[in-house]
Amino acid sequence: MHDDTPLIPVWFFVGVLLLCYGVLIFAASWYYAANPPAEPVVLADLHIGVWWGLLLVVVGGFYSWKFRPKRNL
Amino acid sequence: MTSCAALLLAPTSTHKLVSLGSVDIAIIAVYFVMVLGIGLYLKRYTATGEDFFLAGREMTAWIAGLAFISANLGSIELLGWAGNAYQYGIMAAHWYWIGAIPAMVLLGLVMMPFYYISKTHSVPGYLQLRYGPEASGLSAITFAFMTILMSGVNMYAMAVVMKVVVGWDLNFSIWVSSLTVGVYVAAGGLFSAIFNEVLQFFLIWFGALLIPILGLVEAGGWSGMVARIHQNFPGQDFTHLWAPMRSAADNPMGITWLGIVFGLGAVQSMAYWTTDFLVVQRVLSAKDMRSAKMSPIIGSFFKMAVPLIVILPGLLGRAVLPTHLVPAAEAANQAGQYSYDSVLPLMLTRYCSPGLLGLGIIALIAGFMAGMAGNVSAFATVWTYDIYRPFIRKTAPDKHYVAMGRWCTLIGLIISIGTAYIVMQFASIMDYVQALFSMFVAPLFGTVLLGMLWKRVTRAAGFWGLLAGVLGSITVFLLMKFSPERWVPILALTPRASGLAQDMYQALWACVICVVVTVLVTFATRPNPNVNLAGLVYGETQIPSEAHLPLFQRPVFWGAVVIAVLVILNIIFW
Repeated sequence: MHDDTPLIPVWFFVGVLLLCYGVLIFAASWYYAANPPAEPVVLADLHIGVWWGLLLVVVGGFYSWKFRPKRNL
Repeated sequence: MTSCAALLLAPTSTHKLVSLGSVDIAIIAVYFVMVLGIGLYLKRYTATGEDFFLAGREMTAWIAGLAFISANLGSIELLGWAGNAYQYGIMAAHWYWIGAIPAMVLLGLVMMPFYYISKTHSVPGYLQLRYGPEASGLSAITFAFMTILMSGVNMYAMAVVMKVVVGWDLNFSIWVSSLTVGVYVAAGGLFSAIFNEVLQFFLIWFGALLIPILGLVEAGGWSGMVARIHQNFPGQDFTHLWAPMRSAADNPMGITWLGIVFGLGAVQSMAYWTTDFLVVQRVLSAKDMRSAKMSPIIGSFFKMAVPLIVILPGLLGRAVLPTHLVPAAEAANQAGQYSYDSVLPLMLTRYCSPGLLGLGIIALIAGFMAGMAGNVSAFATVWTYDIYRPFIRKTAPDKHYVAMGRWCTLIGLIISIGTAYIVMQFASIMDYVQALFSMFVAPLFGTVLLGMLWKRVTRAAGFWGLLAGVLGSITVFLLMKFSPERWVPILALTPRASGLAQDMYQALWACVICVVVTVLVTFATRPNPNVNLAGLVYGETQIPSEAHLPLFQRPVFWGAVVIAVLVILNIIFW
């Protein structure tokens, strides 16, 4: 490689993407739970979107923090 | 390795399966911004040929392994095999277990040392070193042609899926996705392709894993699912792997264990996983020998888990969907009917609220785009190093070949777009493209494996064996296609053999013909004593020992573990 700046690891990008998706899904699912449509999805009462969004936030946040660029300089 | 031809019949339907909300669109938009940003960021790190075509050979075993598996796990694979699982039951899992795991272990433990020590940049590059330009040229030209053709076919298939699933215009899907892929691969080369494949891996799992989880909750676990399937489809067995294969008449695939073990396990899967440059290129980017050996083995663990998100949803579809899915031709002609390949999108809409739906759809889109990126990056490498450099311009500075790589990425993409529009007019091309792909891959396995394990094989034998295998495969295909009543019972051992079964026997015949001709020509010709086979063949290569490593760090240990798990799974689901 000709650029001497350390390469940002792919795991950081994974973390950022999952963190972003986690926030979006958590927020959308919370709204969906609070304002259910006339024909909700099957097993809507489990509010799986809220939990899945939280999971993405945790996993994405962990990857983003652990592999953040300044850690590798 | 599979087709989504069924969905291609669906464009006549105007009813889309999924309605996306604003948060779903936002999720899709974020993905496009991310992949473009990564590609442009990585451009500064791809100045040399080794950077652009082989990601600097600096990938760790985990990154190369995840990219290796993601390059294969495209969305046609997801949708098509979920549909096959609905149609054939758990037998479809064979393509993920015996039809992949032994081959991946063989690649890692036996073949990667020769690929890696030879410092080749591609599979045709290995043939150049081992046999000379004739075999290499034949392999490179056929691979380049087929890769671009497959890229175009996949591009069209993706556009159709997006039209059927979310109602997007065909042209919009083709141009937006291909231009995005073109930008990030031309900018960052294999680096970009690999980084985005790792992203895709996570999106596939987080996007698709909810379906089997919620499906099993609704069905009441595995036993509840089996009970519901028996209730909905009495008298049919969808939940056993090997028991229905005592005879071809006992299962809807029309195949016996012989075809699965020898046709799929021993030849078709071996050929694909060990010689298809699209997947092998990812492993060649590994930073050292141990990483190169471990990458396919790491990938094999995840490959073995893929039935959880592909096969199980297909089975759950039989248990919980209110309507029965039908063959594609029936679905195209009857309003309100859905084809087998619709099972995954139908399960997505069944369980996924806004946000989760977007995640599931982006997993499909990411799969398509990663597949396209894989095709164009492999094409750029083979064209530049195996066709342009040896036959057109032998001596040029490295930066010339890098520029050629970037330009032919874009040109290859444009040709793919053109192919997609041709396929749009002649959809039956899909049948032939899938068969053509198998025609060149199966005999290539015989040629490469013999070249690695037997130093007596001569240059002429390598070329003539490969050519005979290709011609034999074409012949078998044509005979079974145009005179099935006469030839299918002979070549596929039973008149009941389905298309999948015929593909397996075609691969088996191709490899057998290749090996037989290679051996005969070898004994009829004399080897060139001046050819240096060091690093290319068993007996002439110093393969670094791993005896000094702790057991848990040796690839052979993990290879044995994954094979043991494979055996256990096959016993559990017998």
